[in-house]
Amino acid sequence: MNAAFRISGAGRLSQAKTASFSFDGKSYSGIEGDTLASALLANGVHLVGRSFKYHRPRGFLSAGAEEPNALVQIVRDDARKTPNVRATVQELYDGLTANSQNRWPSLAFDVGAVNDLASPLFSAGFYYKTFMWPKSAWKNLYEPKIRAAAGLGVSPDKPDPDHYAARYAHCEVLVLGGGAAGIAAALAAAETGVRVILADEHAEFGGSLRFESGAKIDGENGYAWAQSAVARLKAMDNVRVLSRTTAFGYYAQNFVGLVERVSDHVKNPGRELARERLWQVRAGRVVIATGAIERHMVFANNDRPGVMLASAARTYLNHYGVAVGKNVGVYTANDSAYAAAIDLKKAGVNVAAIVDLRDNPTGPVIDEARALGIEVNFGRAVIRAGGKLRVSSMTVQPKNGGGERTIPVDAILMSAGWTPSVHLFSQSRGKVAFNDETKRFVPGTYAQDCISVGACNGTDGLAASVDEAYAAGAKAAKDSGGKAGKGAKPKVDAGESWSRGMLGAAPGAGPDTTVKAFVDFQNDVTAKDIRQAVHEGMHSIEHVKRFTTNGMATDQGKTSNMHGLAIAAETLGKPIPQVGLTTFRAPYTPVTFGSIVGHARGALFDPTRRTATHGWAASQGAVFEDVGHWKRAWYFPKAGEDMHAAVDRECVTVRKVGGLFDASTLGKIEVVGPDAAKFMELLYTNPWEKLETGRCRYGIMLREDGFIYDDGVVGRLAPDRFHVTTTTGGAPRVMNHMEDYLQTEFPHLNVWLTSITEQWAVIAVQGPKSRDIIAPLVEGIDMSDEALPHMSVREGKICGVPTRLFRMSFTGERGFEVNVPADYGEAVWEALWAEGQKHGATAYGTESMHVLRAEKGYIIVGQDTDGTVTPNDAGLDWAVGKKKTDFVGIRGLARSDLVAKGRKQLVGLKTKDPKVVLEEGAQIVDDPKQPIPMKMIGHVSSSYWSENCGRSIALALVAGGRDRMGETLYVPMPNGTIEVEVTGMVFVDEKGEHLNG
Amino acid sequence: MLLIRCPYCEEERPELEFRNAGEAHIARSANIAGENEDDFEKFFFIRSNPKGVIYERWRHIHGCARFFNAVRDTVTDKFVMTYKAGEPKPAKLPGASK
Repeated sequence: MNAAFRISGAGRLSQAKTASFSFDGKSYSGIEGDTLASALLANGVHLVGRSFKYHRPRGFLSAGAEEPNALVQIVRDDARKTPNVRATVQELYDGLTANSQNRWPSLAFDVGAVNDLASPLFSAGFYYKTFMWPKSAWKNLYEPKIRAAAGLGVSPDKPDPDHYAARYAHCEVLVLGGGAAGIAAALAAAETGVRVILADEHAEFGGSLRFESGAKIDGENGYAWAQSAVARLKAMDNVRVLSRTTAFGYYAQNFVGLVERVSDHVKNPGRELARERLWQVRAGRVVIATGAIERHMVFANNDRPGVMLASAARTYLNHYGVAVGKNVGVYTANDSAYAAAIDLKKAGVNVAAIVDLRDNPTGPVIDEARALGIEVNFGRAVIRAGGKLRVSSMTVQPKNGGGERTIPVDAILMSAGWTPSVHLFSQSRGKVAFNDETKRFVPGTYAQDCISVGACNGTDGLAASVDEAYAAGAKAAKDSGGKAGKGAKPKVDAGESWSRGMLGAAPGAGPDTTVKAFVDFQNDVTAKDIRQAVHEGMHSIEHVKRFTTNGMATDQGKTSNMHGLAIAAETLGKPIPQVGLTTFRAPYTPVTFGSIVGHARGALFDPTRRTATHGWAASQGAVFEDVGHWKRAWYFPKAGEDMHAAVDRECVTVRKVGGLFDASTLGKIEVVGPDAAKFMELLYTNPWEKLETGRCRYGIMLREDGFIYDDGVVGRLAPDRFHVTTTTGGAPRVMNHMEDYLQTEFPHLNVWLTSITEQWAVIAVQGPKSRDIIAPLVEGIDMSDEALPHMSVREGKICGVPTRLFRMSFTGERGFEVNVPADYGEAVWEALWAEGQKHGATAYGTESMHVLRAEKGYIIVGQDTDGTVTPNDAGLDWAVGKKKTDFVGIRGLARSDLVAKGRKQLVGLKTKDPKVVLEEGAQIVDDPKQPIPMKMIGHVSSSYWSENCGRSIALALVAGGRDRMGETLYVPMPNGTIEVEVTGMVFVDEKGEHLNG
Repeated sequence: MLLIRCPYCEEERPELEFRNAGEAHIARSANIAGENEDDFEKFFFIRSNPKGVIYERWRHIHGCARFFNAVRDTVTDKFVMTYKAGEPKPAKLPGASK
């Protein structure tokens, strides 16, 4: 059975293909090819939402992407509840479930509508004024209430189960918009053989040909021509045609983002279908053919359901076969609404009256309307709409005042004129220019290789648009290497043409009134709000926009910007171009996070780096921590152990016996070449020329400003070969820093830099038994203290595989770092582990590594330093070559601030109560009784419980720290002040005897 | 996304392969240790930050890994030209009116 407002014989949908759907729990019947909007209108449903601020009842304003009112929630299941879907864009499928938003308890009776009565409280800028006082109420009362009331729709409460595809594409000519102009441009470009992409946001191509009943091209009805032209384009190998695809962002150098809605219109999309597909297109030339958007009239109660754009009513009739009412009124300031009235009248809908603001317009459409017996009134205004949940009347008055007349209607079709869609042009950084004659902004100065054609270029009339577009398409193709085309230009036999109209508030909504004449429907901004903003001192359109929120909703002011601008200009008494236009920004229409994220979620969000021993550590029950992209074993709990027990045991065992630690994540760089030592001299503070082959040195790297950038042990493998280690997190930037200097400052040096972090697995074996653990597995290296003293390196074999064996220690105990090719890392680890077990050694993780090094006062760059710490501050002045004449940072170190007295210096701290462990980051003061705010003289950088010391230990940066040895300082905390004593940084084995123990 | 021509690879490649490395043609003194405060301040801290043409360094980090110089208009983001590290600042820019 036909829905009540479906007109048989009208529209292009096949009435045989029905689809049932529900809205707010009620079932309806529609037709395949409907949008949710056309299907609801076919059933006589106009009331579909409540407005954002005043909760006013709202219907459909448009039939397209510019829709500000008809936002609904589409529900497929718990995980798929998409809010703020424009019902005018959502295609109907059988079983579609939609709900209205921003209403409680129901759409027809909404408690929030009390805001409409209280609207004097909610005028422009009300947030900034109303919620200022008292201050404490913001946090506890205003913000929670506003957050609960604001926002439209309900978020899904489960992870998005859909997947989103992404494609990169290249073409010579990208055509944005598939109306008559876009199709003509695509045809012209495609015929030259270049690669062409044509994209349009709708399911069907044709643009305004969907409603322009009078258009005729190449002897065909306009819409039919569009379909056959697109079919021809689709058949060409060099053309890609994308429907349901919105160009949302125009970026640098003709890089355009498009999002294709792949399955939002499908009843049960299978897993093989992505929900959306992001296209990132790099185009040689872009042809922008985005058309124009009709503006509404600004008059009192122009937001009542049933009041809509004339072109929308025409689209619903001519494309979907739906009448938007049975007795409609028309309110216009230009010719295009007449065409809507004529089409509806011919389809059997009563047109109560046309109210035209113009005094004496003439033209064929006016004659035709009269000939059809439609009452036409010139020089008159609709000063208000009647009705609440649906428009019931329009009240007409001569525009300069006089007697009122109320005409009963069930819909009002309005047109204030057409606004060229310059959004993408403006996003391309082109500058718009105001045409004073036609009162519209059109593309002016171009910034990129693109061209606007048709209505978005301010070109009026179908024939002129198609001519312009065809020429532009041909030129774009030729400029990007295409051959001469052999096709023929489409011939426009008949088309419609209109221009002009009006901007700003209509009579009855002028400065002397307080009526609710909406400019921006989605953000509930009225003409009065804009005037008020100007009166309160907002003189720039950017300020007016932010104060009133005009144009700031998800529709980005597609219908409201020009009206708002005109009202502001009128109030300011300035011409429109002097007030200026706000900048258009991406996205043109809302884009889902899913399409931006694409596949980069879950395991594919970020790479994970695992060391060679990861599997072994996992099998031993290790707990891992993230360090950059690395997963590092944090600690190895035995049954019943918590983290503290495990770390205490690991730390004690390392000092008593020995321990194994995976140090593979440390950055490793090989510096090779005849000038390798010279290069090291320049990049590190230490002297390197005299370092013997086979010996190691702790190196410090500075930035040019003199602050510590990185550190690590460096071994000299040969006169021309250094094995440099860096911090785990610093590896990439240290490599970049080295390359930068080598390539640009010291290019005369003959040196090669190679990252070898991934090539070598590193197993640290530390503790008094470390040599006993390693020795049985090593071949070709003399392990005696004389042959292999602390801070030396040898190449040889371990377990039969090559090794770079470092004797070094980050625990203060006798220690080795066994480097083996990463592929052998796990096997060598297991062999060392088997040896270690004979002695009772432990595996230890990063937490114990941190405690053990802190017990010795070894710093961690990035923890005990923060980019403002010099070697001297850190007590590492000994590592700076005093005789050197150049290294990166040498001049920075001499800066007056860096040599001043009283700098923060790294010291040890012991709490007076040995059981209290300080919090890292806690601030330090010297007088706890001083008034707040206290003078902070430093902070705790490292703090641990040390089972080896039987007490807590800490490192801290304290102003003049080294002159404060033995002083008592204070750490104020929320639960009381902690007394601490300043000490040296070494808490275990001050003489360093363990290194050979 | 910008398209950047690497003067070593002699190819235009997407911005993702590159990393900006700050202003170009700021020479590190051969006698930096003896530099006075004012000169060091200019060298280390002061950058031109122009509206319009800027000379800057880029690195083709996910390509050939070379540092090179580029001339870019900060208003349009358009690259005027790129050239190899160590080459002098171009006296005349292609397409420049003066």
